[in-house]
Amino acid sequence: MRRRFDMWSGVTVLFLALFALILVYPMFLLLKESVVNPQGQFTWENFVKFFSQPYYSRTIGNSFKVTVAITFVTLLLGIPLSYFYSFYQLKGAKLVFVISILCSMSAPFIGAYSWILLLGRSGVITVLLRKAGIELPSIYGFNGILLVQTLKLFPLVFIYMNGAFRNIDNTLIEASANLGCTGVKRFFKVILALCMPTVLAAALIVFMRAFADFGTPLLIGEGYRTFPVEIYNQYLGENGTDHNFAAAISVIAIVITALVFFLQKWATGHFRFSINALHPIQKRKPHGLAGVLMYLYTYLLLAMAFLPQVYIIYLSFRNCDQAVFKPGFSMGNYQNAMRHLLGRSVRNTIFIGAGALAVIIIFAVLIAYLVVRRSSVLNHTIDTLSMLPYIMPGSVIGIALVLAFGHKPFALTGTVLIMIISFVIRRMPYTIRSANATLMQIPMSIEEASISLGTSKLKTFVSITVPMMSSGILSGAILSWVSIVTELSSSIILYNNRNITLTMSAYVAISRGNYGLACAFSAILTALTMVSLLVYLKASKSEDIAL
Amino acid sequence: MSVEIRIRGAIKRYADSADPVINGLDLTVKPGEFFTLLGPSGCGKTTLLRMIAGFNTIEGGDFYFNDQRINDLDPSKRNIGMVFQNYAIFPNMTVRKNVAFGLKNRKLPKEEIASRCDEFLKLMQIEQLADRMPEKLSGGQQQRVALARALCIRPDVLLMDEPLSNLDAKLRVEMRSIIKEIQHKVGITCIYVTHDQEEAMAISDRIAVMKGGVIQHIGTPKNIYQRPSNSFVASFIGRSNMLRGKLKMTGGEPHLLVEGLDVVVGHVKKEMRKDQDVLVSVRPEDLLMGGETAMKGIIDDGVFLGLDTHYFMHLPDGQEVISIGVSSIENTIPKGEQVSLSVNVSKINIFTSDGSANILEGVRNDNVTE
Repeated sequence: MRRRFDMWSGVTVLFLALFALILVYPMFLLLKESVVNPQGQFTWENFVKFFSQPYYSRTIGNSFKVTVAITFVTLLLGIPLSYFYSFYQLKGAKLVFVISILCSMSAPFIGAYSWILLLGRSGVITVLLRKAGIELPSIYGFNGILLVQTLKLFPLVFIYMNGAFRNIDNTLIEASANLGCTGVKRFFKVILALCMPTVLAAALIVFMRAFADFGTPLLIGEGYRTFPVEIYNQYLGENGTDHNFAAAISVIAIVITALVFFLQKWATGHFRFSINALHPIQKRKPHGLAGVLMYLYTYLLLAMAFLPQVYIIYLSFRNCDQAVFKPGFSMGNYQNAMRHLLGRSVRNTIFIGAGALAVIIIFAVLIAYLVVRRSSVLNHTIDTLSMLPYIMPGSVIGIALVLAFGHKPFALTGTVLIMIISFVIRRMPYTIRSANATLMQIPMSIEEASISLGTSKLKTFVSITVPMMSSGILSGAILSWVSIVTELSSSIILYNNRNITLTMSAYVAISRGNYGLACAFSAILTALTMVSLLVYLKASKSEDIAL
Repeated sequence: MSVEIRIRGAIKRYADSADPVINGLDLTVKPGEFFTLLGPSGCGKTTLLRMIAGFNTIEGGDFYFNDQRINDLDPSKRNIGMVFQNYAIFPNMTVRKNVAFGLKNRKLPKEEIASRCDEFLKLMQIEQLADRMPEKLSGGQQQRVALARALCIRPDVLLMDEPLSNLDAKLRVEMRSIIKEIQHKVGITCIYVTHDQEEAMAISDRIAVMKGGVIQHIGTPKNIYQRPSNSFVASFIGRSNMLRGKLKMTGGEPHLLVEGLDVVVGHVKKEMRKDQDVLVSVRPEDLLMGGETAMKGIIDDGVFLGLDTHYFMHLPDGQEVISIGVSSIENTIPKGEQVSLSVNVSKINIFTSDGSANILEGVRNDNVTE
């Protein structure tokens, strides 16, 4: 029974060809672009320029500094929250869960925009306090990015850690108490130690998100220049674009994320153990002063994190004239939005989102099957290639795609197709990871049982394997859907009037100083993500969500 | 019609290692027989079973169902019923759909699927569970579903891979008699894999004891227990005290000398009747206490288990042995006391000094005659 050329070999070839076209080719062009000058001659001058002029090299340093700070603070905020949530019977636990998910799902710039309106130079709170004689520190720059990103990303830590805490066997907790280790000591020595792989995984994803984030520093960063904004400026900015220089910065960014990625893998290697909870944690009732503090912490943190979205929705109903909000409420902003491509934005968003999601799911299922069940060198190459986008910031992917498909023979920029390609590339690594994990948990014997009962391999795959994978994949799909719908950093390079999405419409309105309109678009976007999440939670009856 | 399974010169080699796991194995399973592959973990029994099922590649040799060579037959075409260790019930289907799954693939008419489904649900006494989802079933119930699903396609061969190892002890005993009963009723050739020797004895017509990819002994449970082909089989099946001794020909009679004991053993094979060092296997129930003999043991512990009492003791040279006897009304013999020992000569086994062969008459190893 040697393995012959069959349908799956065909799938392997197909994916290799496809990835060569949409991943390797654009990456290659990006690399090439970074080492030539506009005349097309080989040169290192782009890199020399970047590293020799602090004006540019500082952007990477700035990005790195603020990202490390964000990563630490999110862990600091998220782990205790998850601990309270997982080990105590908090009232309104479900609400805590849903709201924290919603916070993490908001579009990248809504937080920044809303905080500017609240705490910015002429923000509501700033003005209020100024009247009382209190001067707040500036929200622009490092502080602002840290505040906004932390409040947006700590829910990721929360979700990750919930999963890890749930895997801890209650008997381990009891055993450690029995051996004289309780309280804070137990938390660090036993509970957190058991969760270290997850802590590192959460840290990595927060780092990647924060490092590559474009919307927040663009709005709130001002003088604190980070590299995604610099790439954008060099590529599409108003004064003096330099495509080759943008490509060079992109390559440097990829090198840094790759280093962080491997550093994390190396660190995770030190925590190789598997735990499996037979006796789940028994949640205790919070009581006394500790209980009060627990509630205060949980709900204050969530209120802070959710405030921007609520405030935006509130503002979207306020009267507004360009950049100035006036007293009184109306639907004026929404009527204005109707005149500004609202219909097309919504249609595009849903069409592009659904299309990309469908492609991602099909890819993920097929690739997972190739990797897990038909392990071979070629299939592992596919797997590795599919992980490449994980270390590529969105704006870098955007530029690489423009380089590859911006002109003949593949003139795709400004089309819906290129948006779909970019979203597929960006989200694919996550979905493939979770599909792989899901498939690995399905015992081989289930498929063998089906085959021994006379079913062909293809039919077994369709009628047994795929349905069994579906729950794992769907829980990841909801997050993919939302992150596609709220994607900014590569869309901003690829969009035009035809393939504009809700996120882009909101961004365009902000950049034109049309605040009321921006609020209306943002509110619709927020509503869309909320509805998506609630529909998912209702339909799947699940209390959890996979990343 | 039942099927004979014939395996000749089977070779299994995993890609990442040069040494074959199984190298030139022969085996014949008779039509309608309940045949068990028994051995410690890693002995190759599951590997062999999965080669028959078609889930492992075959690197060499021929596999036949009757006269049909199945080496290159797709697993889905071999008409095999298989029961897996973890049952492999499809979690997304009801019990009835699980059982009907194989029938649907055979494109049978709807009424026939329904009636056969009912027949086997009834046979396994799970008709009342037909519309439940698998997650609502206990281990034993899942086991019944797995068996019904495997049998209702009327397979030529039923393969079972440690099907009872996930059940608790009591259920295991119950299920094994059900499996045996059903197999006899259906009359299907069955290969069963287990590492539990008691289970193998209880359920099998014949057993193949495996070690390191090699079949050590094929025989009936009684034969394997009473006349094991070598010392590995003797110690793997049941318990054995292994003692070093000497065979000495005195006056034309073979005498066994062991730990001061001197007994005549009349049933040593003709060609083995010569002076030599031997390995003696004495089952704990055949190591008898009392009487006046030269073999002495010092009691280390006596454990009263109701029906019988286990005595752990050591011989003067330090070897530890165990003797099991029916409990008597007298007090358990206290620790440290010295007792006289003898053996039940007709039931002991004597091996060559390396343990590789039994030198007594009456060993019936189908693996050798083939």
